[in-house]
Formats: sequence, C-alpha cells, structure tokens
Amino acid sequence: MIPARWPRENALGERLLAIDPRARSFRDARIADLPALLRPADLLVLNDAATLPASLAGRGPRGEPVEVRLLGELSSGAFRAALFGAGDWRTRTEDRPAPPAVEAGARLTFAELSATVEQVSPLSPRLVELRFDRGGAAFWSALYRAGRPVQYSYTAAPLELWNVQVPYASRPWAAEMPSAGRPLRWELLLELRARGVKFARVTHAAGLSATGDPALDAALPLPERFEVPAATAAAAAVARAAGGRIVAVGTSAARALEGAAAQHGGVLVESGGETDLLIGPGYRPCVVDGLLTGTHEPTANHFALLHAFAPAELLARASAHAERSGYLSHEFGDSWLVLPG
Amino acid sequence: MDLRGKGALVTGASKGLGAALAEELVRSGARVALVARGADDLARVAARIRASGGEAHALPADVADKRAAHAIAGAAAALVGPIDLLVHNASTLGPVPLRPLLDTDCEDLDRVLGVNLVGPFRLTKIVAGAMALRGSGLVVHVSSDAAVAAYPRWGAYGVSKAALDHLGRIFAAELGAAGVRFLSVDPGEMDTEMHAAAMPDADRAVLPRPEVVARRIARMIRESERIEGGARLEANAWTEQR
Repeated sequence: MIPARWPRENALGERLLAIDPRARSFRDARIADLPALLRPADLLVLNDAATLPASLAGRGPRGEPVEVRLLGELSSGAFRAALFGAGDWRTRTEDRPAPPAVEAGARLTFAELSATVEQVSPLSPRLVELRFDRGGAAFWSALYRAGRPVQYSYTAAPLELWNVQVPYASRPWAAEMPSAGRPLRWELLLELRARGVKFARVTHAAGLSATGDPALDAALPLPERFEVPAATAAAAAVARAAGGRIVAVGTSAARALEGAAAQHGGVLVESGGETDLLIGPGYRPCVVDGLLTGTHEPTANHFALLHAFAPAELLARASAHAERSGYLSHEFGDSWLVLPG
Repeated sequence: MDLRGKGALVTGASKGLGAALAEELVRSGARVALVARGADDLARVAARIRASGGEAHALPADVADKRAAHAIAGAAAALVGPIDLLVHNASTLGPVPLRPLLDTDCEDLDRVLGVNLVGPFRLTKIVAGAMALRGSGLVVHVSSDAAVAAYPRWGAYGVSKAALDHLGRIFAAELGAAGVRFLSVDPGEMDTEMHAAAMPDADRAVLPRPEVVARRIARMIRESERIEGGARLEANAWTEQR
C-alpha cells in the first residue's frame, strides 16, 4: 500500500472503501458519501483525544542522543515512553540505532526539561516510565515548547501540531493522532447531525503504532487510558433501542468502548481507567457494530482488529482491491467503513 | 451555565477585567487556565486564586502566535479538563496615544487584528469543535462600544472589535444547533490600565472597578442559557437587580 505522505487539501474527496460484512461486499466511495452510508439513529462515537507533542529530542545519562516518544500519562503522573537512539523521524524506526541503555534512576535531559527513569519494562529495555522534573502548568508549557508530533519516515516534511489534530480535539492524551476522524470536516459532521445521525465521544490515549523494536511492536497496543462519559453510554443505549448502529470512529474509539464494556460484564457504562483489551480474530464485540478506520496494511495491528468486525475472506478481498486501486495508507491516507448494511 | 467543576480558559487574565473575571469564575466553581503575555503578573493572579482555595493555572503566551494557540488549548485542557467556557478577553489598542486611521501604519492594524480577531478565531477553532461534539460550550468575546460607535482615533481597535462581534454572530449561526453558544459583551468603561492608556485625561475616580464589571459578566455567563446565541450585551445592563 502506498502511504499518504502529507495531509491532503480536500478531505471530503478522499477515498472511502465501504465494506458490508453482512452482504460480504464492498464498493468505492468518498468521505463526502458518508451521509448516504449512515442512517438516522446511527451513533458515531469519536475519540476526542488531542495529539500530544510526544516526541522529545534530548540526551541520555552520558550525553548520548536520545529521542523519547511519550505513549501517555499514567495515573501516577509518570509517563510511559519509548526510547529511540540517534536520528529522528527521517530514519525508519526499524533502522534507528538502539537508544542508550538506561536503568531506574537514569536522567534524560531535553531543551528545558529533564526526566528521571522510574522503571524499565521487562518487555523491552526501550520501554520506560519517566517522571519529569516539574508538573502542572510549568510542565505542560515546557512540553509544548520542546515537543514535536511523532511522525514516521514516509511523511514528506516536519509536521506541526495542527497537522495532527482531529477537528474536535480536547484533552491531549494521544501519542499519535486518532486519525480515523481526521477527514471529518465540520461541514460533514453538521450535515450528518442535521440528518439525524447522533454523536458521542470517548477519550482514548491512542499509543504508538510502531517502534521498530520487534519485542515491543509484538506487544502493541499496550494498555491505554480511556474515558467513557455517562452521556456516551446513554447515547449507545438510545441508539440500540432505536435500531441504530454504533459506529466507532477509529480503532481507538472501538478499544475504549469494548474495553469499557469488558470491565463491566459486557455492558457499556460510564467508566474510565486503563484497558488492556486486545480486539482481533475471534473477538465478539459487545458494543460496536462497525467502524470507520484508516487504510491499514494487512500486517498492521490495526488490521487485526478489523477481524472482529468482518470475515477474513472479505477483508483479504477488500485489501487486495484497495492495493490494486491505489488507496493510500497511514494517518493521512484513505478510509474504510466496515459496517453491516 | 453551571460553572461548578467546569474547565474555563480566560485570555488577557494577568490584570484588569481578565484577572477579575477569572477570580469570579473560580468563585462560581470553575477550574481556570489563565493566559497572558506577562508571565509575572499572570503567576501572581494564579497564586492569588490558589491561595483562596480555587484552581488556576498560568500559561504565559501571546494569543496572536499560531504555535502558542495549540499549546494554550492543549495545556489548558490537560490541566482543567475539557474547555466548557472560553473567554476572549485579551486585546490591544495598538499604539497609544490613539491616532486617526490615516496616521495608522498597516503593520499596526495588522497587529491589532492579530491579537483582537485572528487570535480569538484561531483559539475558538481549536477549542469549539470539541464543544460541538459534546453538545455544549460557551465562547465569550469581550467587546467594546467602539465596535458599534465610530469614534475618531479608535480605528484599528474599533474595526477589530466590530469584526470580533460579527465573528461571534456567524459562529453562533453555524454552531448554535450543535449546542455551542457565543456571546459578545461590552464591559463599558472601567478603571483599567488600558483605559488609562487610551484616555489619559479621564477622571479614574468616576470609573467602575473591573471587579464590579467582572461580577456582572460572571452572572451573565451563569445565566447564559437565557440569552439568545450570538447576542451582543452590555455588562451594565446585567446588574444584580435582574
């Protein structure tokens, strides 16, 4: 699949592969066709996490270059983070040199911030918990000055924070943009709303999609912080009662909804915390009927999640079609709607 | 709007009306993020609010700076939670003494529009999408009677405030159905540094204190569900007697 290297001008004109798992069929559409693909009483659940300036360039304990990518804040106030060696996003993650070996107590320094390693994960020496040298407004102001968006080698140029925000971003919880919502311009959302489609939100700390470390990548997604408000649980119940479909916008919204239900006997209720739920082949969704998502490589973690929503044979055919037809992949790429008609 | 536990973001909060309004909002139960260029004054306001048991966070920044806008919105939401109330109070007169339009440099008009109009537009763009998704939120534009009356020498400022009022009306027309409300409020004359800079000869003793005006505006915000979206109001009309 060809990656989209940069945000495109006309989001509504981006391609959308509409996949119907019930009819076992798919067809080519555009983002602007969503009003015809959704019905009044359907509920779109969006992840309103803003994207953090999660990449910090700094120095290790002996002055070695290191890049830290924050995966998200923990309830302790520390941050889970992945370490990378010399270089930056221009080098493929799998080609990056290993970061300096660190142990608990090691100090990492950035432009005007510093952090202490509190823990090194048994999963990988590159996965750590960091505590910054300040908290509150002083920390957040410094992070926004020092940090850059996480990006990968297929992108064309340095990204700015405004390139990686969904149009309804709120609290900065996400290490990477919850990109399924990226093409949803307000023009489109307001039209859907006027047609009776309902909206609800979750906040989900979408983590990194790849680190280049095989041990770590095999463990992705790591547990992620989420919040499901009472209004969202209520909206899901209303949609269900009205015969509407519950459509998660993005794998992160799906993980929040299913993760919340998994912690409450399969029922969606107001909840928050961390979820370690893995959705993949064989998983039977409790809440989500379908999802709007990016165009993922069949080998990607995000693709595995789709197997809970459509048969493997259909996904393989859809993927081959997308490949053949030049669908673009990754966060600025084209979209799939996997939704039973 | 019940402010208890709500996240509020106030610009121009280091002195005058902005500082007084931030204190009033906290008194009504809001958690506030404060923005202004002057870091020391801003830190003092935040410290004063915290000393009285409220929650306030100082985010020094220039609202006209594009990069800063994303930092303000992100840091504020990280600190006080989703922003339910956004108060655009920061503004600049441009060079003082005020001067006729023919003597106003284009660069000065540009700067005034940057702070008073484009800055608020950008911050609203970043914050109000999440409000519309939640189906509620309030954006307050602090305006001026110079937005309506054509006072000689108030050109750059008056133009920016007139445009700001209209920005609120159009946002209200677009987002009212999604539950996001926009109000413009004219605080009236007050005894502030800005007033003294604009009218150095005025008798400060007869001007209302910003604290008095802030109480009226806070009350207006608490009662904003009763107000038509996009409306332009005068703080003086919103007295305790209502």
